[in-house]
Formats: sequence, structure tokens, C-alpha cells
Amino acid sequence: MSTPVLECERLTKSYRAGTPVLNELDLTIPSGKIFGLLGPNGCGKSTLIKLIAGILMPNSGGIKICSEYRSESSNALISYLPERPYFSSRMKVNELLDYFEDFYEDFDKLLAYNMLRDLKIEPLAQLKTLSKGTKEKVQLVLVMARRAKLYLLDEPIGGVDPAAREYILNTIIGNYNPEASVIITTHLITDIEPALDEFAFMGGGKIIMQGNCDEVRERTGKSLDMLFKEVFRC
Amino acid sequence: MAWSFDSKSPVSFQIAHILRLDIVSGKYKAGEQFPTVRQLASEASVNPNTVQKALSILENEGLLISKSTSGRFVTDNIVAIENALAIMQSEYIDRVIAEAKALGISKNKFIKYIEERNDNI
Repeated sequence: MSTPVLECERLTKSYRAGTPVLNELDLTIPSGKIFGLLGPNGCGKSTLIKLIAGILMPNSGGIKICSEYRSESSNALISYLPERPYFSSRMKVNELLDYFEDFYEDFDKLLAYNMLRDLKIEPLAQLKTLSKGTKEKVQLVLVMARRAKLYLLDEPIGGVDPAAREYILNTIIGNYNPEASVIITTHLITDIEPALDEFAFMGGGKIIMQGNCDEVRERTGKSLDMLFKEVFRC
Repeated sequence: MAWSFDSKSPVSFQIAHILRLDIVSGKYKAGEQFPTVRQLASEASVNPNTVQKALSILENEGLLISKSTSGRFVTDNIVAIENALAIMQSEYIDRVIAEAKALGISKNKFIKYIEERNDNI
């Protein structure tokens, strides 16, 4: 239960000479958590997610996935939802599912079809005919239908309507597995708080606060949203 | 529909409160099998670890009994359920009285209001 799924050690990343986006950041996330990675715009949330996903390389520091330093083979353990969709708009939804099935051993195609049905998304539709929000839903279906150890969801609910938002949160909760963890970045803290158990606030390229949402309420009488506004007051 | 929560007290306390009410009001009866963490988590749209914490609270209060092989059950101890009901009723009355005080309702007026509405309770 307590083996970490993710360990970041003194992680530093700068895009060009100057202030680093991440500055010797340390973060450990055990298994069995739905984890909220929160912070103001430009604080480096997406950069951190991309480093963990292996899309970017750090300048220094280490990343361990399930106790092993990140390598090509870590990709099989990670299911990553990027900020923006990256699929060719000529593809059809069902072709994407075939593609994921070929690519990932842990992809559960039946689960993906069930989720598409729940969300009333036509599998034969071409991506370019779908709205922005619907494309985001398709992408989330693909990511959540994998049986991964670490899910990285970068702004999964920002672009979708409140009903779909609830479905997506329920999908994340229903998919809960004590062996796996989910990292979610979002600005919609109030919406997401009940789904989380742990959170971290990012600022100045580091983790400035990490804890359990329920314990914070018990100790301070404040919701995560209230605490966020207090810590990051403009 | 997701359950709704206030923004101050711990979500686990709020879930425990809702489920305690469900037990004392007889929605879940004495000795009956209780829903699983997974079922409750997806019904409430709440993190399973938080639901687990709420169920531990109710276990500590003696309202739920955990059987290692077959899950959780509502206690078959009727007295424990009646005691929990009495505590909830008394806490409720305390809240009403505090609010009445804040609104400046005197004791006599309070009793008069209650009697006027008695038929509707």
C-alpha cells in the first residue's frame, strides 16, 4: 500500500538560461492515491507532468516510477492525458481505440467502448467533426481505459460541461486501484476536492505544501479552495 | 448525483453524519449488510480512502461491524442504534435552540410556536 508510485528527487528544469521552472523539487506519491497537483498559472505543473511522462528531460535530478529510475519501460506503467489533444483529426474514434489496443498491452477496449456509450460518443465519428469538449472526453476515455500504475491527468475537466465533469470524476473514482495512483492538475479545486485524498501546492519551482485534504479541513476548518486562495493570495 | 458537502468540516465527518442518519432512520436496518466502500464512493463521488475513514468512524461508534470475510454490517445491537438516535436528536435540538436565541425568540414564544405547529409535526 505504501510503496511509492512516484518519487521526484531534486528535480530541476529550465527552458533557457534564467530562473528554472522547477528548482530542486522533491515529491513522493504512494500508491492508492488520487492526488491533486495544484498551483497558480505558470507555476510549472504541466512541466512537472511532462517530465514524469518522459516528454521532457530534466536538467538535473531523478524520477523513479514504481521504485525504478525512469526509462523507456516506465512508459508502459504511465497513462498520460496531455493538456491538448495530439491526434490527427482525420482519424475516427474507433480507429483510435484500435491504435491504443495495438500500442498498450494494458488497454481495455471493452471498457473504452462502454465509456464512449455512457458519454454518448459515436465510435464511427471522425475527430474533426467533434467539438473541443467531446475530443477531450475521447482522450480521457483512452487514458482511463488503460490499467496503468500512474495516471497523469493534466487539466482533465477544464473544458467539459458539469454533467460530463461529474461522469469523469466518477470514472476516476470508480477506476480506483490500491496499486495505482492518479495525479490530477486543475484550477477547478472545489469540483475536484471530494475526489482527492491528497494534494500538493506548487510555487517557486518547488512543492510548498503537501497533505491530506480531509486532515487539512480537520486541522484548519478550511476547504482546499479556501486554503489555496490564502496561500496564493494575489 | 454526487453528495454535496460544506466547505469547512472534513468530508469524512460529513459522510459519517449522512450514513449515521441513514442507520438511525432505518434506511439500513439492524444486522443488514452495508454497502461497500466502492459502492458508496461512486454514489457520493468521493475518494474511496475518505469513505473508508467515514466507515471507520461508524465502526468506532459501534454502529457498523466489520466481518473480515463478508464485509460490513449494521450492528444488530438495537440499543446502540437507539443511543445514536438519541444523541442526534439532542444535538439537533441544541442547534435549533442556538438559532432561536440568535433570532431573539424567547422561551415562551418558542414553546408557543411549537404548540401552534404541533399538528404538523
